[in-house]
Amino acid sequence: MTGNKRRMTAICFIGAVVFLSTVTILGSFWQEAAVETDFSRKNLAPCARYLFGTDWMGRDMFIRTVTGLSMSIRIGLLTAAVSAVIAFFLGLSAAVMGRFVDGIVTMMIDLVMGVPHMLLLILISFACGKGFWGVTAGIAFTHWASLARLIRGEVLQLKESQYIKIAEKLGKSRFYIAFFHMAPNLAPQFVTGLILMFPHAILHEASITFLGFGLSPEKPAIGIILSESMKYLAMGKWWLALFPGLFLVLVVLMFHCAGQAVCRMIDPGSAHE
Amino acid sequence: MKRQNEKNKGRGRRQAGFSWTWVGMQAVHMVILVILVSVLAFFLLSVSPIDPLQTNVGQAALGAMSPEQVEKLKTYWGVGVPPVERYVSWAADFLRGDMGTSLLYRRPVAEVIGEKLFNSFWLLVSAWLLSGVMGFFLGILAGRKRGGICDRVVTGYSLFVASTPAFWIAMILLLVFAVRLKWFPIGLSVPIGTAAEDITIADRIRHAILPAAALSITGISSVALHTREKMIAVMESDFVLFARARGESEYSVIIRHGIRNILIPAMTLQFASVSEIIGGSVLVEQVFSYPGLGQAAVTAGLGSDVPLLLGITVVTAVIVFSGNLAANVLYGVVDPRIREGVARS
Repeated sequence: MTGNKRRMTAICFIGAVVFLSTVTILGSFWQEAAVETDFSRKNLAPCARYLFGTDWMGRDMFIRTVTGLSMSIRIGLLTAAVSAVIAFFLGLSAAVMGRFVDGIVTMMIDLVMGVPHMLLLILISFACGKGFWGVTAGIAFTHWASLARLIRGEVLQLKESQYIKIAEKLGKSRFYIAFFHMAPNLAPQFVTGLILMFPHAILHEASITFLGFGLSPEKPAIGIILSESMKYLAMGKWWLALFPGLFLVLVVLMFHCAGQAVCRMIDPGSAHE
Repeated sequence: MKRQNEKNKGRGRRQAGFSWTWVGMQAVHMVILVILVSVLAFFLLSVSPIDPLQTNVGQAALGAMSPEQVEKLKTYWGVGVPPVERYVSWAADFLRGDMGTSLLYRRPVAEVIGEKLFNSFWLLVSAWLLSGVMGFFLGILAGRKRGGICDRVVTGYSLFVASTPAFWIAMILLLVFAVRLKWFPIGLSVPIGTAAEDITIADRIRHAILPAAALSITGISSVALHTREKMIAVMESDFVLFARARGESEYSVIIRHGIRNILIPAMTLQFASVSEIIGGSVLVEQVFSYPGLGQAAVTAGLGSDVPLLLGITVVTAVIVFSGNLAANVLYGVVDPRIREGVARS
């Protein structure tokens, strides 16, 4: 029974990873096809040839959606990684470098968590002059707070443990202890936090692009596809909004599945549940 | 879950010394945070490479203007004044209640924010209460029996909604209930083409139902998931086992042991969700063209209306931090352990 559950987790994980890489790779090959217009096939409802239908410029919505999501996934991976690294260093330094630094980092965490996420994204993206870097910087600099708090708490606990105290008595420097004794212990927390950050990063990328702060309108990003489809909602072109949105949800769910699977495999306690 | 525990542990330590001095300290902390938020927002807005003249006047119009006119516009949009100087003068005005003039609406920022907040207020409050209460009950239902049917349905729903962008839910609601079924209007907060005095409360409610529903649907999931976790922890504890052994009914176990013990974490969650609801309203109001605070923030951001964006950021930060403060104070009122601690000290 337990073996069965473990196998299921592994299958889930592999399935999700295969799906996500397929979307990413296909999307990067379809860059040109996504902007190809053909007015002889405009405003087609979904059919066997055009799975998601076509828009008012005759662009194939399926290809556009996959291309947009491929970009979302790449931005999501990049920003979540940057965010996690920031969180790791801030969390670690808060707990290791004394009370003053700790105070500053705690203040920064409170600050970032105090402003509603979307508003902070708007502010940062505005500061970077919108566009690709606006979105990327915005997402990278707003997601670290909760993970940093988690790592800080963990480090504070580690500081009380015997082996760290012994290392201190042996005269090891703070940095040596931080990187050689604490960091390996924090690895599982870090990996879990990183993976659970992906879905958030992708959702926020879609949202900020939807509001018009993100990539330029001619790029096939998922947020842009959905905000364009808004104008055609009232005209009954439901497929423009429904399918790309569903596909986005599917991608985020897949990330979630993969994340859960990794967490379960890393944590020996729940692996045998 | 670990993080939640961590947080509560920290709270527990601080709560031991609950008193009015402590509340005062928290209030001071909040004021400092609001000031820092304003500094951060000001800094972000002033480093922006976006040229307000280009965005709002346009390259062609600028080229056609005389240098004096361009100079005049530059002073209007505040180009070329050092940021620190601008911040100090802005903060001094702010303390006197003058938040500056919105560049896009050409009215005082305080007035614009007041009007938008009035529009958003009932939307935000109803979504906040609805998602809190519904999430709480769904969480209890799910956490009552781990792995039961209720648990699976609620967890599945929450995971699905948590993976769905708020604006897409709003679009689907719009598509189904406004475009297809025509039960609700497509957008705005009041009917188009009606004089202000003819607008009834019923009109306003009818326009707010779909946005509020979209906000609540997304808000429920996180509250439900967290409440569920707490409930599971309580239901698997020794004291519940003992209560069952004493022969207490399931109902009495939930009412007397379950709900009482998860009320406090639920309160924290409820107040912490203020920030999420406001964040979600930015997206939802955009979809429904609802003229509220969130939409004003987007308009200000897209149109480089720095004073308005700054004002909105500070006002929302005050709302969010007040929520956190209220949660901390309510702890002292609700939790008997802390109440007694106060009485003794």
